[in-house]
Amino acid sequence: MNLLYLFVIIPLLLMGGVAMLRDAKQIKILMAVGASLLLATSFVLLYAYMQAKALAPNEVMYFQSDLLWYPSFNIKLSLGVDGISVLMIILSSIIVFTGVFATWGLKEQVKEFFLWFLMLSTGVYGFFISIDLFSMFLFYEVALIPMYLLIGLWGTGRKEYSAMKLTLMLMGGSAFLLLGILGIYFNSNAEGGPLTMNILEIAKVHIPVEAQNLFFPLTFLGFGVLGALFPFHTWSPDGHASAPTAVSMLHAGVLMKLGGYGCFRVAIYLMPEGADTYTTLFLVLTGISVVYGAFGAIVQKDLKYINAYSSVSHCGLVLFAILMLNRTAMTGAILQMLSHGLMTALFFALIGSIYGRTHTRLINEMGGLMKIMPFLAVCWVIAGLASLGLPGLSGFVSEMTIFVGAFQHADTFHRVLTIVACASIVITAVYILRVIGKILFGPVQDKHHENLTDAFWYEKIASVTLIVFIAFIGIIPFFSSDIINESLTSIIGKL
Amino acid sequence: MNIETILLMRTEFLLIFLLVALIVLDLFASNNLKKYFDSIACFLFLATTLVGFLPLNEGEAFGGMFVADRMNAVVKSILNVGVLLVFLQSKTWLNNAYTNHKKSEVYILIISTLLGMDLMISSGHFLLFYIGLELASLPLAALIAYNKYSKESVEAGAKFILMAAFSSGILLYGLSMFYGAVGEAGLYFDALSGLVKPTSIQLLAMVFFIAGMAFKISLVPFHLWTADVYQGAPTNITAFLSVVSKGAAVYALMIVLYKVFNNIFDSWEFVVYGLIVVTITVGNLFAMRQQNMKRFLAFSSISQAGYIMLGLLPGTALGMSSVVFYLLVYLVSNLGIFAVVSILENHSKKESITDYNGLYQTNPKLSVIMMLFLFSLAGIPPFAGFFSKFFVFMAAAEMKYYALVFIALINTVISLYYYLIVVKAMFITKNETPITTVKTDTSSKLGLFICVIGTLFLGILSYFYETINQFSVGLF
Repeated sequence: MNLLYLFVIIPLLLMGGVAMLRDAKQIKILMAVGASLLLATSFVLLYAYMQAKALAPNEVMYFQSDLLWYPSFNIKLSLGVDGISVLMIILSSIIVFTGVFATWGLKEQVKEFFLWFLMLSTGVYGFFISIDLFSMFLFYEVALIPMYLLIGLWGTGRKEYSAMKLTLMLMGGSAFLLLGILGIYFNSNAEGGPLTMNILEIAKVHIPVEAQNLFFPLTFLGFGVLGALFPFHTWSPDGHASAPTAVSMLHAGVLMKLGGYGCFRVAIYLMPEGADTYTTLFLVLTGISVVYGAFGAIVQKDLKYINAYSSVSHCGLVLFAILMLNRTAMTGAILQMLSHGLMTALFFALIGSIYGRTHTRLINEMGGLMKIMPFLAVCWVIAGLASLGLPGLSGFVSEMTIFVGAFQHADTFHRVLTIVACASIVITAVYILRVIGKILFGPVQDKHHENLTDAFWYEKIASVTLIVFIAFIGIIPFFSSDIINESLTSIIGKL
Repeated sequence: MNIETILLMRTEFLLIFLLVALIVLDLFASNNLKKYFDSIACFLFLATTLVGFLPLNEGEAFGGMFVADRMNAVVKSILNVGVLLVFLQSKTWLNNAYTNHKKSEVYILIISTLLGMDLMISSGHFLLFYIGLELASLPLAALIAYNKYSKESVEAGAKFILMAAFSSGILLYGLSMFYGAVGEAGLYFDALSGLVKPTSIQLLAMVFFIAGMAFKISLVPFHLWTADVYQGAPTNITAFLSVVSKGAAVYALMIVLYKVFNNIFDSWEFVVYGLIVVTITVGNLFAMRQQNMKRFLAFSSISQAGYIMLGLLPGTALGMSSVVFYLLVYLVSNLGIFAVVSILENHSKKESITDYNGLYQTNPKLSVIMMLFLFSLAGIPPFAGFFSKFFVFMAAAEMKYYALVFIALINTVISLYYYLIVVKAMFITKNETPITTVKTDTSSKLGLFICVIGTLFLGILSYFYETINQFSVGLF
């Protein structure tokens, strides 16, 4: 049996298991076992991928399987992965695993929470293993809709408003996307072949340039909304601020990566000439995302808002690098997805832990947490340093690669834009250090905070796991960047 | 009349037989036997439905007046399943003290309107078409005014009968112009299609015909009766109106547009295009503001009709199969919602959206099922509604109606908003006194079960769509 099926089957089986159990404790243990199993399976997949790659180095996708679904449309359930999707799957598994431990303290409606959480993960995994536009879109929407109830029921603050805003904006994005997909599908017979939804088969066809110019912006925008492209990023701060911890982690850590991944796997891979036409426009928008997100983070008072705006900035950098359309920058983009996914998940996990203790997320109501909860505080510092790009942690590797790649363009426009985007690093340092200074050091702001406990065992598992992977990418960058670099060959060949 | 004719018209003959049998049973059966009237009616109707699934020879009867082809048979089976679901849902409602003595009327009237719809969709001549249309409308008025001591119900019945007469008049006026323009040929579809030309009088006839049908399908701007009638009618009758009656009318319109007006595609394309845009948009915008569940569903079903028309517009084989598949999926999802609404209404007499607040605390299963149907209507995967919407969009995109698809897609986002409002009421909003726990009876459970299975598997299993797709034919 194909290994890839497991990534849909395991979450579905887990859903069945969770639905049958009654006791909250048992559900959590089952989830922990299931999430560990998923994590293990993704590493097995990585190993199997490297074996397969060594045997047949020139394949575009490995472990392909085709299941004819709707014969009259030639829609198939096509699965397949390359190095990039394998890394994305590992990232998802890490976040799901840590997400389960980060919500260990959940008390109300545990069963429902994990059912929706698993549906969300099924969608995410399904998206990364699909190479068929139809199933990709199907899983994409499966991943979006549970967010509404997850935020609306277990969220905090203005949760109903945020949940509705997030769902509608992302669904609006998928409206653009669907139109783009239909356009690609009905132009996939441009060279006389049958109509097809399979990405690899469409990639062999040269879609007419007029069609590319029409459908590239739609597809890119559709995915871009999920990648927090300016000016469609406004769902992100509200949504992330209101969502419960594990959902923020999964959403900022993985779901926003669906946007970046889709942009380059569908929009740019299938319509490279359309990409060429629109790079200027979209580069400006992503440049704004990068700088505006960073500035937005400076002025916020709520920890979650700060992190959400920082996500807008970092995810903007992903799209920015993808649009540079060269190998180095794209490698950087994928690294940035991994790095940001891990780092932001760590941030949200820590915010969840801190909020669970202090019952506030406002930075001016906290202070001196380093003395009260040293473990959480140290983790926070590490996450912050990764975010502002300290060498040795993941952020440095990805941002360095992106800016080197971006600067390879010799024209003024790209160079100026790169310099502007580089400035975001400085702004990032400002807001990261400001938060660290305010809440971790300095005098204790609230007398009640002095008796608070440090991290529990489950919080430690979540944080330590994430830190290990952040450091792994930072210290041994060539491991992941080689995998990415090899897999980019087919896409670079189209440009 | 020979045996072939009877076989071609098997559904119609069975319905007539069923109608007579039920009337006889109602008149002469002992009170003891009458207790089982619902079960007997459901069982006999189930038998009729099953016969519909048997393979069929294609052919014509009465010199082309009646056309039996496989697509018609598929649509008739879909309508039969819809009626069966309505029967299963209405059992609780019919067995209360006010309606128990006259419950047989509901079965008899519904079967006679179904007979009218069947005649309408398999007609090959405008005369039979019109007879079918009238037979389908008139008993409906009696059904809508069924709760004769309720003011709303009677008002709705009166509105409906006026509207039906008016729209039939418009339609008939169009047909008479048409007849005058083409002269001697009679009104057989096949003979007419060669004679249709874009002269001004024929275009006018075409517009009148579409307007008449648009009343029946309740397309905007001919929709003004819908909300009032849906709200006033008994809930189960509303379910029938919104699904079976609407579905039959859409299919009949499609048949006539494809068979008769195929020469002047360019002219009706423009009309239908406009109707779709306003129907989807207005239906959605009004649905957002509704407080009453039945009015809400009325506007939601108006906009759904717009989506069905989207498959009709391109005039391709893909379009036809996507329309029929959409009907099937819409039928199970919408009847499912109405089943839940009627269960709750029978239990608590409450039908406003705010009454649903906190429903999940007391009726978790019903809420989850309701959410499933709502998501299906909104087109959320992996439920069937996603697939049907996707195929309708595909049909439109195939003929390069990208702008229209875009408008429709933006509208799905709007529709998601109001479907989510109901989900929010049930799951998120806190309520001190939610509707108490409902014990559903067996027949409602069975009906709901069929709807849930349909909503879950109609899309994921490609068998249903591919079967429908074999039978569809396009304009070109």
